[in-house]
Amino acid sequence: MKNSQGLRLHVPEPPSRPGDQPDFSNLVLSAPGAVRRPDSGEAEHLMRDLPYELIRVLDDEGEAQGPWNPRLTPSVLIRGLRAMMLTRAFDDRLFRAHRQGKTSFYMKSTGEEAIGAAQSMMLDAGDMCFPTYRVLSWLMARDYPLTQLTNQIFSNAEDPLKGRQLPILYSAREYGFYSLSGNVGSRFGHAVGWAMASAYKGDDKIALAYIGEGTTAEGDFHEALTFASVYHAPVILCVTNNQWAISSFAGIAGAQETTFAAKALAYGLPGLRVDGNDFLAVWAATQWAAERARSNKGATLIELFTYRASGHSTSDDPTKYRPSDEPVHWPLGDPVDRLKQHLIAIGDWDEARHEALAAELEQEVKGAVKAAEAVGTLGKSKPSVKEMFEGVFKQPDWRVIEQRRELGI
Amino acid sequence: MAVMTMIQALNSALDVALANDPDTLVFGEDVGFFGGVFRVTEGLQAKHGLTRCFDAPISEGGIIATAIGMGAYGLRPIPEIQFADYILPAFDQLVSEAARLRYRSNGEFWAPITVRSPYGGGIFGGQTHSQSPEAIFAHITGLKTVIPSNPYDAKGLLLASIEDDDPVIFLEPKRIYNGPFDGRHDQALKTWADESSAQVPEGYYTVPLGKAAVVREGVAATVLAYGTMVHVGKAGIEDSGVDAELIDLRSIVPLDVETIVASVKKTGRCVILHEASRFGGFGGELSALIQERCFHHLKSPIARVAGWDTPYPHAFEWDYFPGPARLAAALKRVLED
Repeated sequence: MKNSQGLRLHVPEPPSRPGDQPDFSNLVLSAPGAVRRPDSGEAEHLMRDLPYELIRVLDDEGEAQGPWNPRLTPSVLIRGLRAMMLTRAFDDRLFRAHRQGKTSFYMKSTGEEAIGAAQSMMLDAGDMCFPTYRVLSWLMARDYPLTQLTNQIFSNAEDPLKGRQLPILYSAREYGFYSLSGNVGSRFGHAVGWAMASAYKGDDKIALAYIGEGTTAEGDFHEALTFASVYHAPVILCVTNNQWAISSFAGIAGAQETTFAAKALAYGLPGLRVDGNDFLAVWAATQWAAERARSNKGATLIELFTYRASGHSTSDDPTKYRPSDEPVHWPLGDPVDRLKQHLIAIGDWDEARHEALAAELEQEVKGAVKAAEAVGTLGKSKPSVKEMFEGVFKQPDWRVIEQRRELGI
Repeated sequence: MAVMTMIQALNSALDVALANDPDTLVFGEDVGFFGGVFRVTEGLQAKHGLTRCFDAPISEGGIIATAIGMGAYGLRPIPEIQFADYILPAFDQLVSEAARLRYRSNGEFWAPITVRSPYGGGIFGGQTHSQSPEAIFAHITGLKTVIPSNPYDAKGLLLASIEDDDPVIFLEPKRIYNGPFDGRHDQALKTWADESSAQVPEGYYTVPLGKAAVVREGVAATVLAYGTMVHVGKAGIEDSGVDAELIDLRSIVPLDVETIVASVKKTGRCVILHEASRFGGFGGELSALIQERCFHHLKSPIARVAGWDTPYPHAFEWDYFPGPARLAAALKRVLED
């Protein structure tokens, strides 16, 4: 049959560009508390509606609603809030440090702090997270020393990664935080292999991995889902859908055609779509998936629906490709504000305590950065050049030994 | 001791590893119930269990990624890539992850994986079942690349690779799986039965990585080879009538540069023999190392005998393959210079 109009190539475009009014009218959001919560052992084929819903617990008044309410104690909520606020305070300070020439690069987690904080607190100490570069709040929730983070960012003499790695690409095994890389997506399958190994050994530990919505287009994503599905790996696979991959909106990764949670369907995995700015919803969905994984029911794909409120990195200017006020129009709000509002609504928090905590955290960050600055900022201090030649192999071969000598060290 | 083919020796190595270390496991395409397309993993699943030797999806990137994750957990996975020609979808995992994990995490994580893969030509496999990609791995800091040339070494080197705490690419010259092949393709097939290197202990032993073997001592020239080319080297030296020393490198990373240098200083002449294309091949690195370390001992330019700089051509296999006649000609040439 001949198409009289001829074929047309479709290239998706976001609803608004710089100068336009931000437009999120295309988003379909389930009401808070409205999505059903099946038992975590439910058969996958009975849950195929969930990838198209949006699991939300907190309503616009800060009240927890519906079956996904994890019913956390106020002290847990306050710890979560603290980790999120600390992440934001640290990000702001280190972003400024980059502008002052103290480091070469920085990336903020702004708007996504609930994700790492809730998941880090919900999972056990022996579980392993395979992070992206935007889950600093995982480490904050586990009290990773701030000065050590800053030493890494400054690549100074005390850098725990010995000056070998780009700022913020941390590794923190003791904190359940796998080595980061600048190649996006390449560790998604490692989480599956790690989880398979845990199952192979009859261990009780599970893995959790993150990937950005843009990176779901990489083969790594589909390979990992295939292996997770085939071998019932005890792993929680998370797509952080923050709407933007540098300057490419989520539609360039297929968001206009389906949800990222729905990618799970073709692999026979449960897919949950969760409000990533809702600490309680993230916690509850993670708890559900962890229960499922620990009972040998295999993997879950969770789409964490959020918004990247700042630029991709210090090398990016988001006002060049999206409305500058788009972040404040995000319909699911700011994760810190929402948890604060909830704590106030349940009578366990107030503005004065919030301000006091913010001031305390700012001081804590300032003190840590000062301590790292005392060691030295980028270029002012660095680990011994010997470190350049260490760790290529477990034992150096003659090449690194000779080349080290050639360099005179 | 038993007479083993390369396949039997490799199978025996995996059997020993699986029996001795519960943290080892084998997985890859068709390696489980069926035992692998070349039968290297035959019987291992039945003997050691479903979770010790199992089939993987057709996903080389996924196989290596999950192997790295298993390694980071604390296992010693031994994944198979069915043909080295198929390893490229996993290249990012090998280069950006396996090779770099220890360095970038300052030793917090590492990937003690051994990636077995049949490689090389001589089987009329065309361009997708014949290539020799060793040089692209040798170039990657953080990877080791091992290539055995006989059953004894195959087993000992494989066990050493599995025990190694760094990622190892273990390339198995598939043309010599069932018998030595010296490049004389028009002659009757040989079996391993007549070779002393096919006398293989049934139990555990290792051949260390980074130790070359002097296969034939000689004084007139040095021939450097690995894998199938060791056998071609023997034949070519015989054809040439030159009293050449033949060195089997056994692993190209780590490289036994001392043995190479000692031999070239003794002979003053060198021919490098490999099946892979010449330009950018591992022979270039060997040539540079020798030039740097033996320049004043060299009596003639270093020669390279290698595959032509074309894709691996099906109908022209024996025109492409650097057989003994080409080595013999090169040896005569370096002696005349």
